Amino acid sequence: MSALDFSTTLGNAWFPAPTFTASGCASSGRELAQFIDLSSIGGVVTKSIMNKARSGRPTPRMAETPSGMLNSIGLQGPGIESFIAKDIPYLIDQKARIIVSIAGETVEEYSVLARKLRAVSGISAIEVNISCPNVENRGLVFACDPEASRKVIDGVRRTIGGELPIIAKLSPDVTDLVSIARGVVDAGADALALINTVLGMVINLDTMRPHLGGKTGGLSGPAIRPIAVRAVYQVHAAMPQVPILAMGGVSTGRDALEMIAAGASGVSIGTASFGNPHAIIAIQDELKHLLVSKGFTSLRDAIGFAHRPESE
Amino acid sequence: MSLINKNATNVRALVVSNKRVGQYFQLIISIGDLAENCKPGNFVAINVGGDSSRMVLRRAFAISRVSTNSLNGGTMELIVAPHGQGSKWLCNQGEGAELDVIVPLGTAFGIPTEPVHVLLVGGGYGSAPLFGLAELLNAKGCRVDMLLGASTGSKIYAPMEGKRAVNSLRIYTEDSSMGQGGRVTDPIPQVIADSEIAVIYSCGPMAMLSAIDSITRGTDVVHQCAVEESMACGIGICMTCVIPVMQPEGNIAMLRTCIDGPVMDGSVVEWDKVGKAL
Repeated sequence: MSALDFSTTLGNAWFPAPTFTASGCASSGRELAQFIDLSSIGGVVTKSIMNKARSGRPTPRMAETPSGMLNSIGLQGPGIESFIAKDIPYLIDQKARIIVSIAGETVEEYSVLARKLRAVSGISAIEVNISCPNVENRGLVFACDPEASRKVIDGVRRTIGGELPIIAKLSPDVTDLVSIARGVVDAGADALALINTVLGMVINLDTMRPHLGGKTGGLSGPAIRPIAVRAVYQVHAAMPQVPILAMGGVSTGRDALEMIAAGASGVSIGTASFGNPHAIIAIQDELKHLLVSKGFTSLRDAIGFAHRPESE
Repeated sequence: MSLINKNATNVRALVVSNKRVGQYFQLIISIGDLAENCKPGNFVAINVGGDSSRMVLRRAFAISRVSTNSLNGGTMELIVAPHGQGSKWLCNQGEGAELDVIVPLGTAFGIPTEPVHVLLVGGGYGSAPLFGLAELLNAKGCRVDMLLGASTGSKIYAPMEGKRAVNSLRIYTEDSSMGQGGRVTDPIPQVIADSEIAVIYSCGPMAMLSAIDSITRGTDVVHQCAVEESMACGIGICMTCVIPVMQPEGNIAMLRTCIDGPVMDGSVVEWDKVGKAL
């Protein structure tokens, strides 16, 4: 294979590969470590961590759907203190590059989380998840409200200072994604994570009631991939200078290259890892081969390629 | 190296045989040396539907028995009910079909160090892993009594060869079509009162496990149960298969039944909170 520069950047954070776990799809990292070397991928995006321990939503939390699944976890997690004490050191020990995902119920909670993470070394970036669909009150999905989105990112930016890149994770369940994206970039986001799951529902025909304990859930998997490609393409067209970490049904190297051509600087793999714990490695290898076979010498040359005029 | 999933290996495994047994299918799958790491209670996660399938998640099945020295090397036996699309696909895989399998996963039944008196309780095809367990307990010198139950006789799974390892077997069906009429949990209070049962091992629907717990709670009888919640990954990363469990610190935690189970101590499961928000 000829020399390929496979590295990428999100804000000022550098990664040797553009392939990441997706938030909430790698647990603490220990579970996947039996199957893959966590240092061999671009980085681990942690589950979205909140200030306090949280038990999440009732079961059933899962429903498989055609080429996808609904989940209704509700941000179950140990809370930031335990996370910093136990999970971060483990990932550092594995020589994984770490993007910490945070989630809050209030604008203030995000700032508190940012303050607690500020002093922690070994973190490459912070993903600010303002778009988890599995919260009690849909009003809490900050990313559906331009003003609330801006406030959260502004609070985190002020707290964290200029060092750590902030990646704002947005929801596709909005009318004008580009305006939300512009708002959070203006408020200080260095990069964007697109897309969170799409809100959905399954009715159980035995009980004739919603199947999930939380009634609604987030749809993920290949079923939503075209939505993600569209979201990445639209936002990259509007703000080509803002790096995008793309996720939404990526299962193969071809899927990853679609995202990159649409404008993504990195790609996260979530649901595919549920079906195949080696998925990230396989996607990474296939993506490398595809780039080389298409004559690219650098991943960066492929980012946003789909926006070039026909003549190029 | 992580301790979670520490024996789990993702392999391509061949179906050695597949035959219909009543309402269920018995699949024998070649897994080589991995059979040595499989213990009663462990489960496997299998890809279904082939490469172009719209089913993106693995299906989890309890390992009912393993053989480390069959003609085909190490093999495992699965008893599968063709309920949904995924299990129907698996039941259609004939001899020579190749499966993508992660094995073994989850916790195993604890085996007593002394030759004690144990009771095995199975609901429906939940009985399948109990026969492999019975062989192990029998070899340890335990007295093994077994109760099996189902809604109707055709849903009882009780293979002839499996019965050799048990000292007694009683069957209960709700429609009285096989064995005695009633629920499999009905005779348990009397069994506990009449004999020195040290451990109840159970596998079956959550309602059955919960009913056993209400009988054993407050007694000296240990209840080891294999629980079942729907799971997306089987390896601890999706957080969907959780059940509420009382922690030593006095708080209730949502534990993953794939890595902290499926075999759990029934006395610490908060049965009345299963399926509810904490």
